[in-house]
Amino acid sequence: MIDFEKIRSSFPILDVKVNDNKLVYFDNAATTQTPTQVTNSIRDYFNKQNSNIHRGVHHLSNISTEDFEQSRKKVKEFIGAEKEEEIVFTKGTTDSINLVATSFQKFLKSGDEILISEMEHHSNIVPWQLCAEKTGAKLKVVSVTKEGEIDIDHLEKLLNKKTKILSITHISNTLGTINPITEITKLARKFDTKVFIDGAQAIAHQKVNVTELDVDFYCFSAHKLYGPTGVGILYGKEEILEKLPPYQGGGEMIEMVTFEKTTYAKLPSKFEAGTPNISGVIALSKAIEFIEDINLGLIFEYEAMLLNHYNEKSNKLEYYEPFGTSLNKSAIASFNLKKVHHYDIGVLLDNMGVAVRTGHHCTQPLHKKFNLAGTIRASFGIYNTKNEIDYFFDCLSRAYKMLY
Amino acid sequence: MTSVEKVQNEIVEELSLFSDWIEKYEYLIELGKDEIDFNKKFMKDEFLINGCQSKVWLYAKQKNSKITFHAYSDAIMTKGIIALLIKVFSNQSPDDIINSKLEFIDKIGLKSHLSATRANGLMSMIKQIKIYAIGFKEKNG
Ligand SMILES: Cc1ncc(COP(=O)(O)O)c(C=O)c1O
Repeated sequence: MIDFEKIRSSFPILDVKVNDNKLVYFDNAATTQTPTQVTNSIRDYFNKQNSNIHRGVHHLSNISTEDFEQSRKKVKEFIGAEKEEEIVFTKGTTDSINLVATSFQKFLKSGDEILISEMEHHSNIVPWQLCAEKTGAKLKVVSVTKEGEIDIDHLEKLLNKKTKILSITHISNTLGTINPITEITKLARKFDTKVFIDGAQAIAHQKVNVTELDVDFYCFSAHKLYGPTGVGILYGKEEILEKLPPYQGGGEMIEMVTFEKTTYAKLPSKFEAGTPNISGVIALSKAIEFIEDINLGLIFEYEAMLLNHYNEKSNKLEYYEPFGTSLNKSAIASFNLKKVHHYDIGVLLDNMGVAVRTGHHCTQPLHKKFNLAGTIRASFGIYNTKNEIDYFFDCLSRAYKMLY
Repeated sequence: MTSVEKVQNEIVEELSLFSDWIEKYEYLIELGKDEIDFNKKFMKDEFLINGCQSKVWLYAKQKNSKITFHAYSDAIMTKGIIALLIKVFSNQSPDDIINSKLEFIDKIGLKSHLSATRANGLMSMIKQIKIYAIGFKEKNG
């Protein structure tokens, strides 16, 4: 059982008032709120142990280095990786993707192919476009069906021995669709295609095990995992990370520097140039503890129940037009209301205290394919309730009546 | 008082009758639903204003020594805001437009209900209106 009172009380921000209304925070796909366990950790870090890591001999540096590496261990266990060397700290999902899309250029030549899908976030499109431009590789795009699922037949058609890497989102931040990663990976393996998974939307909402998924790369952001902004994770299989050249140069990532030649540090330091977001990385481990205390299995069930309740309500509105109707969905609902602009709805909801996202949610090509200028997106987290969903629908029909 | 200021004061007075934001928004929505004088042939990218979450097209014409503005948006609330701007700026002289201060936006309490990106959109609209005025002034010599 989830101790709901305890969870809510860890998030003081949920008591914020907007326009005299209680805040209803339904923008969890953009960023999740941070519990006091996380914010206290950041405060304590700066009050008690702020120092640079891996370099000093002094007391503060030692404890910070220890906590930092402890956090790496925690992430490793959390995602079921085999070794700590496989966990690279980055700035976020976007940074993780850019790292691989840059370093992987070493293995690409003109005529090779990179495969992504139509439902990708701009972060999982643009770095690959840059990579293709640099190397002469071609960017191929797998179609999405009208339900909002990856067209597996099309994926099979596009995969071939020139496909060097495939990069697909685990869960779509717009459609909510949970993609069949195991199935996709199996198909990719036939051609020795490397598999990169954007786990930004998955990591806080279901148990992820990178070893079981058998992917080569997996990445996510701490700020969508009840952790702080500015911290991300790149998981990569050791044998592949070993072969990739460094992404950025600087302190920490070297073994020996001379003006003639520099030798690089071992994994994972090779990919961690410069002073990292130390307090953020340490706080991330508190976010993971917070989630593990609740249990990801229960979180998944709870959020599925929320989505179910949401769908029962939305099905009753004849003017509700859902975007993304896969049966295999995470707790993300994008939609439009007939004949009104998403922006108008967003403004009115905002004034009623409901925080949703409006626009294209960084998936312009996906919206364009379905001829949508934009949508409204409600996305749920562990602290949301059925009551909030009821209030949301009250506000939605009020807004619709005002506009239509 | 210039006539731009006069219209602004009238708007502020009219909106001050409303006690809460819902009534203000309802008023904007009503304005947004009104028929407007906009020729759809101007719905082209070159008349699109950047920086708005909803699409806004704007063009201007000169009638004698005055300028008229014509604008359209796909979002009703934005159309309502546009209608207010047009009330203020249409049928004014280029000089009055260029020299105008826009206090009414703060006074009607609209800005606090717009997010930063949306407020930016509004600012882009006003900027474009002034650019048109400067253009006409130069043309007239
Ligand atoms: C699926 C997906 N990929 C990538 C990102 C980018 O994440 P970040 O901005 O934390 O780098 C997001 C978040 O907006 C996302 O939802």
